[in-house]
Amino acid sequence: MDQRQRQEYWRKNLRLMASLLAVWAIVSFGAGILFVEPLNNVVVAGFPLGFWFAQQGSILVFVALIAIYVVRMDKLDAEYGIDEYEQEVHHS
Amino acid sequence: MSDIQLWTLIFAIVTFSIYIYIAYASRVGTTSGFYVAGGGIPAPANGAAIAADWMSAASFISLAGIVAFANNGYAGSVYLMGWTGGYVLLALLLAPYLRKFGKYTIPDFVGDRYNESARMVAVVAAIVVSFVYVAGQMAGVGLVFQRFLGVGTTTGVVIGMAIVFFYAVLGGMKGITWTQVAQYTVLIIAYLIPAVAVSTKVTGVPLPQVGFGQILEELDGLQADLGLSAYSGAFTQVNMLNMVLITAALMFGTAGLPHVIVRFYTAKSVRAARYSALWALFFIALLYTTAPSVAAFSKLQIIQDLQGTALSDVPGWFNTWADVGLITQADGSPISELAASTTLNYTDVAINNDIIVLASPEIGGLPAPIVGLVAAGALAAALSTASGLLLVISSSVANDVYYKKVNPQATEARQLMVGRIAMGAAILVAGYLGINPPGFVAQVVALAFGLAAASFFPVLVLGIFWKGCTAMGATAGMVTGLVVTMAYMLWTIDIYGNSEGIFGIAETGFGTIGMLINFAVTIIVSQFTPKPSPVMQELVEEIRFPGRSTLVAKHAEGELEV
Repeated sequence: MDQRQRQEYWRKNLRLMASLLAVWAIVSFGAGILFVEPLNNVVVAGFPLGFWFAQQGSILVFVALIAIYVVRMDKLDAEYGIDEYEQEVHHS
Repeated sequence: MSDIQLWTLIFAIVTFSIYIYIAYASRVGTTSGFYVAGGGIPAPANGAAIAADWMSAASFISLAGIVAFANNGYAGSVYLMGWTGGYVLLALLLAPYLRKFGKYTIPDFVGDRYNESARMVAVVAAIVVSFVYVAGQMAGVGLVFQRFLGVGTTTGVVIGMAIVFFYAVLGGMKGITWTQVAQYTVLIIAYLIPAVAVSTKVTGVPLPQVGFGQILEELDGLQADLGLSAYSGAFTQVNMLNMVLITAALMFGTAGLPHVIVRFYTAKSVRAARYSALWALFFIALLYTTAPSVAAFSKLQIIQDLQGTALSDVPGWFNTWADVGLITQADGSPISELAASTTLNYTDVAINNDIIVLASPEIGGLPAPIVGLVAAGALAAALSTASGLLLVISSSVANDVYYKKVNPQATEARQLMVGRIAMGAAILVAGYLGINPPGFVAQVVALAFGLAAASFFPVLVLGIFWKGCTAMGATAGMVTGLVVTMAYMLWTIDIYGNSEGIFGIAETGFGTIGMLINFAVTIIVSQFTPKPSPVMQELVEEIRFPGRSTLVAKHAEGELEV
């Protein structure tokens, strides 16, 4: 990667991270805490929705967010020709 | 010996033999094997090991009880969201970059990225956090042995110590990793079987996460009849500010915990580190979405079993736990003081949080082998976390203090020996703390997250994302964050000051404020102190890109002057 490609790669990575973290904040702090009371007026399959987000929904979304991240990063790496994931070194 | 004791003994012997066999098969002879399992663990296995490492006796034994009893349902969500949400931060902000840096411990990263005084602050913080935690694990092992096998707590802890000693000292990180994979398997099976059985029995839906919804209205109704606030009602016990702060402290604390972070160094590559985080959260979510269901089912069943029942007619599980003093009258006096004809009121009985999961098979009327399996699961959860923590302690002492400070010329064999001795000593201290738990341990475990958030998270994130972050900035930030947070905790915690605090902020949530202070101090001090060397800045830039890199490789081999 040359300098310009590096900047592009890093910017795309940061943008992906920012959008995933926005969703992370919206489901946990938003749906699970700040807006829990209005959401609790909606009941789905026995669950008041705000309560569901706080106890189940946010956890499921967290798993989905990391899944999207690893797949998109694989694609990004491929786009910039990073295909060598050799065992990286350790030493101190 | 009762059926339950017999089955517990059988499951304990079978699972312990498996752990010891695995450890023997994966014994190591190199420091890299001892500290980071050679860095060659495939992502799904590494994920299972992170899950076992992370899910402690507290997650397995106490989580459902805390959600159901200590917090009236909704308020317990801080633990559910906080402890899982931290993995999103780990996966996106830390894991790939720390793996690329390729070190053995957190203090190693801090020391290399910043300087030697920052390394020492990190060593102290890592050791304190880990010891506080490990004491709780050892006490958990004692509790399980005492309840299920009728041996004394001390004997239970000593057996636990002997097992951990064998596989951690012999196999180091490599032995621990593969043992943890087995331990995860045992603990998740033990957790899911009773949950599925109870959900099927009560609602006809085998998936506890779905069956959960069917009983919420009934549970809210029962609580209303008892004069309690609704199980699913928001902000009945904790206000919105504290919900936000505590959840955040647990999230950022999780992302700063040394024994979790070190696991990303054991991944094969940057890509494997990313996938490890995914597998880890997936494996954790299996338990963390089940726990609130177990909480709700148990509470429903317990209220139905007890409310208006004469003491002479209560189900067997009640007497079992009343006998060991984990169910008492609301004021703490023993149940045995009551006449057999007394009619119970749910609100007159105090039920210890720790018994819900251990008692859930009995409460649900499941057979003895399943009770034994749950006991084995609880032991697996406690032992796996204990071994991960002990490794952090021994590698911090052997690598960051002995090798980096005392004797940089030490041969590999000697470093390995020091690592094993440190591990042995740490196990002895942990065992002592498990047998004689200092009164503050239970309080401090929850606080450890706040401390981890206030000390490690900012310097790790800034170290990766901001090339201009300086050594003096990071050291000042860590020290201020740690000191301010500790001072606030000591000031407000029950056993010391028990003050209302500022704006009523709970001590468990203050880590979030400490972390913000740490960020601010680090950034401000970095403006006025000497910038990192150009080579270091280039190195930080380099770890942002996966794949082959001569600069990072040279640095890892120690051939680079920065």
